[in-house]
Amino acid sequence: MLKMNNLCKSFRTELVETHALRNFTFSVDEGDFVSVTGPSGSGKTTFLNIAGLLENHTSGSYLLDGIDVKTLSDKQRSQLRNEKIGFIFQSFNLIPDLNLFDNVDVPLRYRGLSRAERHQRIEESLARVGLANRMKHLPSQLSGGQQQRVAIARALAGKPRFLLADEPTGNLDSQMAKSVMGLLQEINQQGTTIVMVTHDPELAMQTSRNVFVRDGQISEAETIMPLAAASNQ
Amino acid sequence: MFTYYLNLAVKSIRRNMGLSSLMVLAIALGIGACMTTVTVNYMMSSNPIPHKSDQLFYVQLDNWGPHFPFNDENEPPNQVTWRDANNLMQHRQFKQVAMGTSGAVIESDNRELKPFMAGIRLTYTNFFSMFEPPFLYGGPWPSDADDNMEQVVVLSKKTNQQVFEGENSVGRSLTIGGNRFRVVGVLDDYEPIPRFYDVSTGAFQSPEDVFMPLTLKRPLELSSGGNNNCWKDPDGEGFEGYLMSECINYQFWVELNDIAEQKQYLSFLNAYVEEQKTLGRFPRPLNNRISAIMEWMEIQEVVADDAQIMMWLASLFLLVCLLNTVGLLLSKYATRTSDIALRRAIGATKQAIFSQYITESALIGILGGILGLALALAGIEAVKSMYGDFISEHVGMDLTIVGIAIVLSIVSSVLAGCYPAWKACSVPPATQLRNQ
Repeated sequence: MLKMNNLCKSFRTELVETHALRNFTFSVDEGDFVSVTGPSGSGKTTFLNIAGLLENHTSGSYLLDGIDVKTLSDKQRSQLRNEKIGFIFQSFNLIPDLNLFDNVDVPLRYRGLSRAERHQRIEESLARVGLANRMKHLPSQLSGGQQQRVAIARALAGKPRFLLADEPTGNLDSQMAKSVMGLLQEINQQGTTIVMVTHDPELAMQTSRNVFVRDGQISEAETIMPLAAASNQ
Repeated sequence: MFTYYLNLAVKSIRRNMGLSSLMVLAIALGIGACMTTVTVNYMMSSNPIPHKSDQLFYVQLDNWGPHFPFNDENEPPNQVTWRDANNLMQHRQFKQVAMGTSGAVIESDNRELKPFMAGIRLTYTNFFSMFEPPFLYGGPWPSDADDNMEQVVVLSKKTNQQVFEGENSVGRSLTIGGNRFRVVGVLDDYEPIPRFYDVSTGAFQSPEDVFMPLTLKRPLELSSGGNNNCWKDPDGEGFEGYLMSECINYQFWVELNDIAEQKQYLSFLNAYVEEQKTLGRFPRPLNNRISAIMEWMEIQEVVADDAQIMMWLASLFLLVCLLNTVGLLLSKYATRTSDIALRRAIGATKQAIFSQYITESALIGILGGILGLALALAGIEAVKSMYGDFISEHVGMDLTIVGIAIVLSIVSSVLAGCYPAWKACSVPPATQLRNQ
């Protein structure tokens, strides 16, 4: 469902040109749970931004569900993000003055769903992350782990084809990280494709496939063998 | 989505109460200043008789001296002479009216009422059919009353209240300047703004207390009020000498229904002046003019220059306030980039973000407009005290002004919000999310 071929991304200033991704060839199949690891500045986040249609690539091709995203207008990219992609960020990115219900409601508003359908989806997704009874709470009234669960609920409410998670446990203690990771695994088992950027090799081990990025390229030699893949061998 | 954006705008304003209040205040000050001056100008320049304003024409004849014009712009004099007023009124094929002012003491038959000085409008019965003042009792005097110099009057409502305690006084008599007059009609409330039919002594005076035939001026030797201008001394002596002089003291109007009639009337005026030239009058080149009401108000600068200057200054002040609002909005939206980036990431189009922020600007504008109206009311009071009685009875807010204020504040704030909203929706989400 996601196919990148010889994809390059460079950032140019007056003085220097930085190549964030170089000939990046990568694909994700339906139902995958792929972790992307690598050192800081290796291009992980740039990859995630391009995959999530938040940035355009410089050259190469990127097909999302068979659609060449380079040809899309800004509006079409927004619609595609809204309908097919769910985002989970390291810092949760909840809107502080909206309660949980309204936070989860945000992407649904832009999709133009009816009030009844929005309500149903919000209740379902908050229930799925175990926060159905805290709908009227503000984010500041929740723990970090709970806030990340709300962010996951917001991503799930749109019923996306795949989730992009950028260090989803980066701001959480180990206990909460474990809980969030468990939730992501559960979501993946229910059929949602997940691509997760992480620094944490232990988390990468828990995904179905790992990709190690260094200097904007995939480094096969440093790829971590996930537990599931290892047990299959 | 509009209610959603409105809800977000309310939340945003509440969250940044200090900054939002500053913006509301900036817009309110601008709108307040602007609407104060707009109100004054609006009232001063309002059309006093809209349904007939393109049919009623003020008449000017250039009877001035040979060596210098009436004014630097070579405009014809702003009034006509007694002789011309009477001569022109003889031509009945046109619906015309001549008028002037006088004043006299009114004495009631009721001995308990003290005599009082009253302003008199000397005119013809056409005044009533041309300018359509509303009647409370009776009606205009008949046209033969003009010709027969009948001592009849139409009273203002106020005068009727004073003399006859508001009763229907038609048919009753009163003494004006020592002469007995029969009441034929009583006007209802009549306060044209401006008092277009005679602006020679100020456009915002109230109509006179009494209306009577102009033809009575000569037999009763009624005094002359208003503005008198002469380019040479009267040739004759006394009251009659003054009447037959080249002194201008009378206003003259004509009702013309279409362009053909206007052309015909102007030809008539020119022919009249040519005829007078043969009698040794009108030494200057032909310079006769007819002006529709609003044109005449403009020529007479009914809207005072300083009022217009104040309006332009206030508009500039509004612009400065809006520029301040732009700055404040930019700084406000700069603190919202993470919110914008998130919304963009999860599916908001640029248009959606733009709409959200423009709605917030419009809401700030409405709040500013409401506060601005309150400031404008205070401003109008200040202007009234500055101008004194001159306009104080006439200047006030009506629904049109309130509507203009609200629309102006919304349009202003939306314009002020366009650039900040465009900046907001142009936030690259990836960069912003990366920076967090």
